[in-house]
Amino acid sequence: MMQQLIMAGGTIVVGVFGCVAYFFAANLILDRIYPPRGPRAGPNIARASAIRPWLFLLPAILLLGIYLVYPVFVSIWLSLRDASGESFVGLANYEWLMNDGKFRESIRNNFLWLLVVPAASTFVGLIAAALTDRIAWGNFAKALIFMPMAISFVGASVIWKFIYDYRGEGREEIGLLNAVIEALGGTEQTWLAIPFWNNFFLMAVLIWIQTGFAMVILSAALRGIPEETVEAAILDGASPLQIFLKIKVPQIWGTIAVVWTTITILVLKVFDIVLAMTNGQWGTQVLANLMFDWMFRGNDAGRASAVALVIMILVTPIMIWNIVNARKETR
Amino acid sequence: MDNIAGTRSSLVWAVHLAVVALVLLWTVPTVGLLVSSFRDRDQIATSGWWAALFPAEERQVVRLAGAGDQRQEGDLWVIEGTLIDEGTLNRFGTSAREPFAHAAGETGTLANGGRVTVEADGRYRAEAPEPFAERGPRLFVAVETPPRFTTDNYDRVLFAEGIGRAFLNTMTVTIPATVIPILVAAFAAYALAWMEFPGRALLIAAVVGLLVVPLQLALIPLLQLHNAVGIGKDYLGIWLAHSAFGLPLAIYLLRNYMVGLPREIIESARVDGATDFQIFVRIILPLSFPALASFAIFQFLWTWNDLLVATVFLSNTPEQLVMTGVLRELLGSRGGDWEILAASAFVSIAVPIVVFFAMQRYLVRGLLAGSVK
Repeated sequence: MMQQLIMAGGTIVVGVFGCVAYFFAANLILDRIYPPRGPRAGPNIARASAIRPWLFLLPAILLLGIYLVYPVFVSIWLSLRDASGESFVGLANYEWLMNDGKFRESIRNNFLWLLVVPAASTFVGLIAAALTDRIAWGNFAKALIFMPMAISFVGASVIWKFIYDYRGEGREEIGLLNAVIEALGGTEQTWLAIPFWNNFFLMAVLIWIQTGFAMVILSAALRGIPEETVEAAILDGASPLQIFLKIKVPQIWGTIAVVWTTITILVLKVFDIVLAMTNGQWGTQVLANLMFDWMFRGNDAGRASAVALVIMILVTPIMIWNIVNARKETR
Repeated sequence: MDNIAGTRSSLVWAVHLAVVALVLLWTVPTVGLLVSSFRDRDQIATSGWWAALFPAEERQVVRLAGAGDQRQEGDLWVIEGTLIDEGTLNRFGTSAREPFAHAAGETGTLANGGRVTVEADGRYRAEAPEPFAERGPRLFVAVETPPRFTTDNYDRVLFAEGIGRAFLNTMTVTIPATVIPILVAAFAAYALAWMEFPGRALLIAAVVGLLVVPLQLALIPLLQLHNAVGIGKDYLGIWLAHSAFGLPLAIYLLRNYMVGLPREIIESARVDGATDFQIFVRIILPLSFPALASFAIFQFLWTWNDLLVATVFLSNTPEQLVMTGVLRELLGSRGGDWEILAASAFVSIAVPIVVFFAMQRYLVRGLLAGSVK
C-alpha cells in the first residue's frame, strides 16, 4: 500500500519534471541549432519561431492523437469485424443492430433522455437562477443546489435508490417517495420496475445533478444583461414576469443554447446511472450502457464498436455546431 | 432595481418559499443518505431515515419472567425484573383488548388475578396469590427510544469492507491524472493563443471537436493498444488515459483565458528580448493561475467520480478497484445492505464535496470561461 502511494507520488514528480525538462531541453536545443545571434541571426530567428509552436504542442498532439483520434478510426474498423476482431463481416454488426430489440429500446430511451433531461435541467436551472438572484441568501441557496455536481453518478444512484426503495405492502416503507405517497393515501410502487415511466425516474437523477450547472451559468448570463433594457421595460410599465420572459430570456438565448447542448452531450455519454440503478432491466437500456454490456459481458468488440459509433454519429451535429461557433469567435 | 418596479411583498414571500422548496428538494436526498449511514442495519430496515431524527415510540409485546424467577413473600408470589434496555416506557397494558390502558407507574391486573406495576424505566413488580406459570404473563408496552446513531458502519467499511483501500486507489488514480495534463495543456494553450503559425485555426477547431468525442469510442481500441505495448491494466495506463481525455477541455479553457490576457504585457516582454519560453514561464503561467485552478478542480472531480474509465483500464482486484467500482459492486451483489452502501457512498462523496465547497469560486469561474461566450 505504501509502495502504491510512493509510486503515485513518483509519477507526479516524474511526469511534472519530465514535462518541464522536455519543454526546457527542446527550447534549449532549438536555440543551439538556430542561435538567435551572429551573422545569420535573422533567418535563424524566423526558422526557430516556425518550429517552436510545434515543440510546445507536440506532447498534447501526441496524447490527443493516440487517445482520442486514433480510436475513432480503429472503432470504425472494428465495427466491420466479428466479435474477436479476427475476420471481416462487412455491415453485419449494423444489420444486427437494426434488428436487435435492446438496441431499439436503447434508441427510444436515449431519445426520451435527450428530449427530457436537457430541457428540464435548463428550465429548472433558469427558474432557480432567476429566483436566487432576487434574495439575500441566494448564494447560499445556489451552493446547495449546485452541490450534486460534485457527487459521482454512482453515488447519486445510491442516494436515489434509497428514495425509490420499495418494501411491499404491510411493511413500513423506508424509501422517501413511497413513504410520501403512502402518507398522502396512495399505494406504494416499485418505481424502477414500472415499464416506460421508470425511465423518467432515472432521468430525475441526472436532472438533479445537472440543474446546478445550468443555474450557475444562466445566473451569470442574467446578471450580464445591460441594465438599460430592464430599466426601459420598467418605465414602460412591464410586470416582473413580463420583464423576465420578454426582456431577459431573449437576451440570453445564446447561453441557454450552450447549456442545452452541453447537457445533451452529457446525456448521450451517461451510463453510470442506468448501470447502477437498473442495469438496463425493465426497459431502461440506453446506448452507452448497451455498449458497455457488449464490451464486458458480451465480449463482442464488433457489436460494441458499432454501438459506440452510433453514439458518435448522434454527437456529430453538436460537434459541428460547436466548431462553427468557435470559429466565428476566433475570427 | 427590480424593487423600483414596486415588487409586492407577497411576491417576495413567494420567491423565498420557492427557493426554500428548491433547496429542500436538492438537499434532502443527500441528507437521507447521510442520516442512514449513521443508523444500524435493523433501524434502516424497519423505519425510514426521517424517523431517526425524532424519538420513536415502539410498541412491543413482551413476557415477564416465568415461574423460575418467582419468590414467595408472605402468601404472595412475586416476580421482579426489567422489561427494556433503553428508552422510556410510556404506557403498558395486560390485555390485547386494551393494550395500552395504563401509564407508567400505574398498576394493572393480570389474567391470573395478580397485579403488575411497571415503572417508566422498565422495572416491574408482579404479584399474585397463586404461583406463576412456567411462561411468564404477556404484557403490551409502548417504549419511546431517543434518536440513536452509530459510527459502526464507517468503522466497518473503512477497515473491513475494502473501502479504505479503494480510497487510496482512487487517490492514486486521481492526483497524477489531475497534475500531469495541466502542464501539457498549458504549453499547448499558449502556442494556440499567442504564437503565429500555419494551421493554428485548424488545431483550435480540432480541440473544440474533440471536446465532445464520446469516451465509449476510445475504450476498446485503447485497451487493445495498452495490451499490445505491455501496459496492460495498470495505473500507468489510466493516468495516460485520464490525462489525454482531460486535455481538450484543459486546452480549450486555458487558451480562452490566455487570449484574454493583455497584449501589451506580452509584446513589451518580447521587445525586451524575452523568448517565448521565458514569457510563458514568467508571465503567462502565473497570470493564468485562476484558469489552471478551475481546470484542476474539474479534472479532479471528473477523475474522482469516474467509473467508466476505471472499469476499463484497471483490473478488478483489491489493489486497483476504485471507490466508484466498489459502490457499483455493492449495489449489484449486496443491494440490500443499506448500512454498508450508505456509509461507503458517503466516504466516496465526502472528498469531492469538500473540494467543491472549498474551491467553488474557481469552479464557477471555469464553468463560465468554458461555456458563456
